[in-house]
Amino acid sequence: MTNRFRTASGGRIDRAAPLSFRFDGQTFSGFKGDTLASALIANGVHLVGRSFKYHRPRGFLSAGSDEPNALVNVARDAARAAPNLRATQVELYEGLKAQSQNRWPSLSFDAGAVNDLAAPFLPAGFYYKTFMWPAGAWKRFYEPKIRAMAGLGVAPDLPDPDRYTQNHAHCDVLVVGAGPAGLAAALAAAESGAKVILCDEQAELGGSLLSETTATIEGKPAADWLAATLATLTARDNVTLMPRTTAFGYFPHNHIALAERVTEHLAAPGPDLPRERLWEVRAKEVVIAAGALERPLVFPDNDRPGVLLADSARTYANRYGTKVGERAVIFTACDAGYRAALDLKAAGVSIAAIADLRAEVSGELPSRALAAGIDVRPSTVLVGTKGRLRVASAQLAKVTKGAVGPAETIACDSVLMSGGFTPSVHLFSQSRGKLVWDGAAGAYLPGTSVERERSAGACRGVNGLQRVLEDGYAQGEAAALAARTYTSPARGATPAPAAPSRSIPASAEDLGTDGFIGATPHGRNPAFTKAFVDWQNDVTAKDLKLATREGMRSIEHVKRYTTTGMATDQGKTSNMNALGIVSEALDTPVPKIGLTTFRPPFTPTTFGLFAGAARGDVFDPVRKTAIHDWAAEHGAAFEDVGNWKRAHYFPRAGEDMHAAVARECKAVRASVGMFDASTLGKIEVVGPDAAEFMNRMYTNAWAKLEPGRLRYGVMLREDGFVMDDGVVGRMAADRFHVTTTTGGAPRVLAHMEDYLQTEWPDLDVWLTSTTEQWSVIAVQGPKAREVIAPLIEGIDLSKEAFPHMSVREGTILGVPTRLFSVSFTGELGFEINVPSAYGRAVWEAVYAAGERFGITPYGTETMHVLRAEKGYIIVGQETDGTATPDDVNLGWAVGKAKKDFVGKRSLLRESMSAPDRRQLVGLKTTDPKIVLEEGAQIVADPAAPVPVPMLGFVTSSYHSAVLGRSIALAMVKGGRARIGTKLMVPMPTHAIEVEVVEPVFYDPKGERLNG
Amino acid sequence: MLIITCPWCGARPEVEFRYGGEAHIARPADPSALTDAEWADFLYNRTNPKGLHAERWRHIHGCGRYFNALRDTVSDFFVTTYKAGEKRPDIDASSGGSK
Amino acid sequence: MQKFSGFELFRRALGGHKSWQPQWRNPEPKAEYDVVIVGAGGHGLAAAYYLAKEHGITNVAVIERGWLGGGNTGRNTTIVRSNYLFDESAALYEHAVKLWEGLSQDINYNVMYSARGVLMLAHNHHDEISFKRHVHANRLNGVDNEWLTAEQVKEFCPPLNIKSMRYPIIGGALQRRGGTARHDAVAWGFARAADSRGVDIIQNCEVTGIRRGPSGAVEGVETSRGFIRAKKVGVSAAGHTSVVMAMAGLRMPLESFPLQALVSEPVKPAFPTVVMSNTIHAYISQSDKGEMVIGAGTDAYTSYSQRGALHITAHTLDAICELVPQFRRLRMLRNWGGIVDVTPDRSPIIAKTPVPGLYVNCGWGTGGFKATPGSGHVFAHTIAKDAPHAINAPFTLERFRDGFLIDEAAAAAVAH
Repeated sequence: MTNRFRTASGGRIDRAAPLSFRFDGQTFSGFKGDTLASALIANGVHLVGRSFKYHRPRGFLSAGSDEPNALVNVARDAARAAPNLRATQVELYEGLKAQSQNRWPSLSFDAGAVNDLAAPFLPAGFYYKTFMWPAGAWKRFYEPKIRAMAGLGVAPDLPDPDRYTQNHAHCDVLVVGAGPAGLAAALAAAESGAKVILCDEQAELGGSLLSETTATIEGKPAADWLAATLATLTARDNVTLMPRTTAFGYFPHNHIALAERVTEHLAAPGPDLPRERLWEVRAKEVVIAAGALERPLVFPDNDRPGVLLADSARTYANRYGTKVGERAVIFTACDAGYRAALDLKAAGVSIAAIADLRAEVSGELPSRALAAGIDVRPSTVLVGTKGRLRVASAQLAKVTKGAVGPAETIACDSVLMSGGFTPSVHLFSQSRGKLVWDGAAGAYLPGTSVERERSAGACRGVNGLQRVLEDGYAQGEAAALAARTYTSPARGATPAPAAPSRSIPASAEDLGTDGFIGATPHGRNPAFTKAFVDWQNDVTAKDLKLATREGMRSIEHVKRYTTTGMATDQGKTSNMNALGIVSEALDTPVPKIGLTTFRPPFTPTTFGLFAGAARGDVFDPVRKTAIHDWAAEHGAAFEDVGNWKRAHYFPRAGEDMHAAVARECKAVRASVGMFDASTLGKIEVVGPDAAEFMNRMYTNAWAKLEPGRLRYGVMLREDGFVMDDGVVGRMAADRFHVTTTTGGAPRVLAHMEDYLQTEWPDLDVWLTSTTEQWSVIAVQGPKAREVIAPLIEGIDLSKEAFPHMSVREGTILGVPTRLFSVSFTGELGFEINVPSAYGRAVWEAVYAAGERFGITPYGTETMHVLRAEKGYIIVGQETDGTATPDDVNLGWAVGKAKKDFVGKRSLLRESMSAPDRRQLVGLKTTDPKIVLEEGAQIVADPAAPVPVPMLGFVTSSYHSAVLGRSIALAMVKGGRARIGTKLMVPMPTHAIEVEVVEPVFYDPKGERLNG
Repeated sequence: MLIITCPWCGARPEVEFRYGGEAHIARPADPSALTDAEWADFLYNRTNPKGLHAERWRHIHGCGRYFNALRDTVSDFFVTTYKAGEKRPDIDASSGGSK
Repeated sequence: MQKFSGFELFRRALGGHKSWQPQWRNPEPKAEYDVVIVGAGGHGLAAAYYLAKEHGITNVAVIERGWLGGGNTGRNTTIVRSNYLFDESAALYEHAVKLWEGLSQDINYNVMYSARGVLMLAHNHHDEISFKRHVHANRLNGVDNEWLTAEQVKEFCPPLNIKSMRYPIIGGALQRRGGTARHDAVAWGFARAADSRGVDIIQNCEVTGIRRGPSGAVEGVETSRGFIRAKKVGVSAAGHTSVVMAMAGLRMPLESFPLQALVSEPVKPAFPTVVMSNTIHAYISQSDKGEMVIGAGTDAYTSYSQRGALHITAHTLDAICELVPQFRRLRMLRNWGGIVDVTPDRSPIIAKTPVPGLYVNCGWGTGGFKATPGSGHVFAHTIAKDAPHAINAPFTLERFRDGFLIDEAAAAAVAH
């Protein structure tokens, strides 16, 4: 198709670079520099979407990021589909494929449009009033129907293959927005020597200057001034220019998040490029130069395709060389309508009439319109439009003393409206700055600051090109100056008025501050008119009035009740008009209605940008021991324990987990096994007061523990509940080798540091995490001593010289070791601590030395079974943050004579020693083959009515190959007193009988520990 | 993400720190002398003010030290930070946030 | 109260919807009430409604600093479930779920309770034991909850990625009766129903003091609109509870943290249920409007700023993109924060206080929305009878002193 609606010349498009693209399967052409919107308009296409609720045909409303209607799905391929993109921001590239949304079967014939006919029965909040009968029908019937109708685009159904990167940047002055104010601010700050970042959401920097055809700045045409200024800024090495970069969030302490679109505009993105980049900027000072957004007018049928914002139509003409139609009617409340009329007329669009809400029409632009022979009608409103998929005519009526006269129909193919401009205070408000209502400007403007920022230009209500440029320059200078005194983040002061040190003469028509907020009068029966306030969410003026009639008095309630301002433009086009309508309906001034809070992001921001590289293995660090690769080479199955990968079991050919674990268990009990215990947390506690510190941190008494001896330690939280446990070795009078649970290491160290630094700074103790320094190889089983003996030097391994629960320092294969005689299996056992760099080598040597005994590497599952056979608890499995030491039979580890330790006072509360507390016991199923489910509950009478009183639950449960039966550990109310009795474990279909037993199933006397 | 000024290391991003709750709640010298209610007050009750809050932070990914801070819980700006063991500075929230 | 129904909607449509009356009045405060509730969130409004409905106490005012339903009620991710571990918690939340199931009809307001299921994901053995413990305990307590294998998880919620991720999903606990409700409708529905029974809802009225008489008992509340005498005062102020209770001289076992949530742009139905993963910190469901509603974790520090840091949100989206990698191209539409008051055991306090005539309902942390009707119901009972209902009897202030904690968080490592 041809570009029938192109202007003869002009615009910033590259007419020498035609591009072909597809929309809803049809091929069109445009030019480099077009957006999808401008290219479609050039082809005469205005119908691009359907509205959310009524499925009304919709066209382009704007030319920018405020667009509520023209949302499309752009897909490079099946996995690279993105819904809800604004056609006004989608840059055209060769081969671009876009689809319209929310319509079936087609855009021009949408079955959902039946909703439009039912609209009288679907007012704001209708769903709160109905769909309640019969109970349950909401979920089964109504809700699925509503859900299917709602939603906009279609979510992608394949994982996104693209990359997103995350970067940090620091600067003296961040300037947000590269329109005239932002450019001048960046120039001023840069000339003051500040390090400047200037970002703008658009593909080209320049903002409103990109749409200027007649204005001059410093004697040059605006476009030339823009080019020269950008050249100046580019040449400076203290300035970074960032087009296609949206400042979407203003977070505390001048932390501003920018989203840079890197490849979205490229026909064939390089494989090395990320799709988007997140920039987290820390700025000493921020200049917000976000400009202003043109406000639509709320009049009946203002949503037909072809009804656009006037200044957007001007942008299409001046910047994109695109005519929005052949014959336009203009409805305006300010001079922007005239400026658009004149520029469009110059571009070849015929202007049928200008209806001006104002009675007094004077000034330069209206005069020029009159001189150009345009039919200008003061005190005139649009009271309706006609046309099915495109506006075909507009009805104009004169307003006399508030009364709307008879309507005259004027044929047209476009209606351009302007209700004035709303300053973009989004980022300022996100910074927690307080907005103030400026009655003269009819706008909310930045008031009191919280962060170190200042607004410049139109976003703070400054208008007129020269004033905007000079304000930008002044704010840029002031920001650079303020940045020099920066020390660290602090509350910002509300900026004092700044006078520019430089005049930037510019010629451009001054649009003044006229405008309109609310719904324009139309004299028609409001029950049968739809004057849209929020285009995308189909909220009309009468919906807002209904909400106020129903008692919604704050804008927050009205917004939530009607959904106005909750569309994907987040109220950019609708908020102020909604306020105006509510203000009128409640006969309350606008500032009394309140203002909804501006929330990040400024425009919708891709999830992937936040997630960045965090997926798969880099979602969370993978911690591996020095022995990990050996285990992997020997076929281990791994499990996640915290961020560690631990060998779970070592299956041989044909073995499942059950078979492997049974074999591993038997091997340990019968001969010898080896286990990688390196993930245990380790903390070196050193200093003259180390023993005293240990005394206070653990329940146990440490003073009398001889160097060279080990002790099992129990650590409580201050509330008296078990927090962690582990074996502790006293290496010297002033040195302890503390071990913790695998998951508990950081928590324990932080807990210790907390008390050491803040409660007992007088203690002379140093704490060092040594978890990563030591590999720990547990060698367990009757043959353990024989396996390691040939490898060890400098330690007498005899039973007498090295009894159970001892530690010795020596060497193994010449590598220094701290050798523990310790067992978590109930067998004779050793834990060889060696520097991690030697972990694998020592492991392999032990494995080789053990071969003649059939040494069997085992994993965490076997470790669990073996310790359960002995009734050893695992903190986090037997305990759940509500267990005292006594609850888990560790009362013996509590130093009774100690005056104080962390958690002691809490244990003194009566409830902590109540006889019906849950206590650790063993369970044996009557049928030895049944392995109880971990987490299963224990009751006295499974037939009791619901709620069935529960006595406790199964914490650990395994098949014990050695015992030839199942075993379980459990926490049971008053459990110790129940030993010998029968209880039941109810399952959904049946109950399992168990006997409560002592929680030690194997070698209760502990004879095997000494080999 | 806040910027927090460690009294030892200077200004650093929040992710280097671990929050430690309300400051200046000293562990009683002799807990056993306290009633259950007094002990619970130490253990659980917190001022939780809307405004200036004296709180503990630990520069866990830096010097590792605990220190105290005065922060306005409405604006999240720090008024000052100071070393553990030092007295709470006599500052009110209105004095702004320079440090 | 004007009845809401399809018929009424149809009938009034013919008149252009001109005849709808305000859903609640906008009254001036009276000099004295039998009961003043501080805080017009869902919990406070529900308490007022049940005071009127169940206890015949209608001389009640609900006083609100801002707009009703404008606090956490309007800022949460609307998840409803009752599969809590401990008997005390299960009874409380199940009480709420039973009320949710008939709430629209009871208050004649469609709160859109949608039992689309709440699926909690297990990523490791510890999760599995914990969830199974819940499943068994819930069954015996009459609360539905079932264990699903990884394959069943995928079948129930096909968009989930269960395998190719850092922490693969090994199963899940599903409460089919759990789901979501429309948060604003809950506040509005209770407000309308309470108002119709004579309760005064007084918005834009800030409590500045709690006046106590010579005996120490409550006499009323000082407000920005003058003193309001009251025999009983119930504080239901969520994140601001510490501030309000301090006016009565009470220190509370509470800390207030920022909690963030976000929604995506709306898309056609693409996610059938509510999914929670505590291990990787992700909570997601799709609203009726089509937005993905996503809950983030709390920030580390106490704050009343009603916003949180970018890295907290980013971490949540890391997890969402792991669980549902096809959503990486969806876009965040809006991100906001609330203030949650958290107790040491992560369970609420619904109780009398040491001050006669002063009652408190607080400490719901991140999980208060789901309890709204049940909490209001038992709080009303506590105020009316000056004694707790059997269901909230364990949720006292004294449990911290006495060591009877109801530690769901420690026991299950599951967020609310």
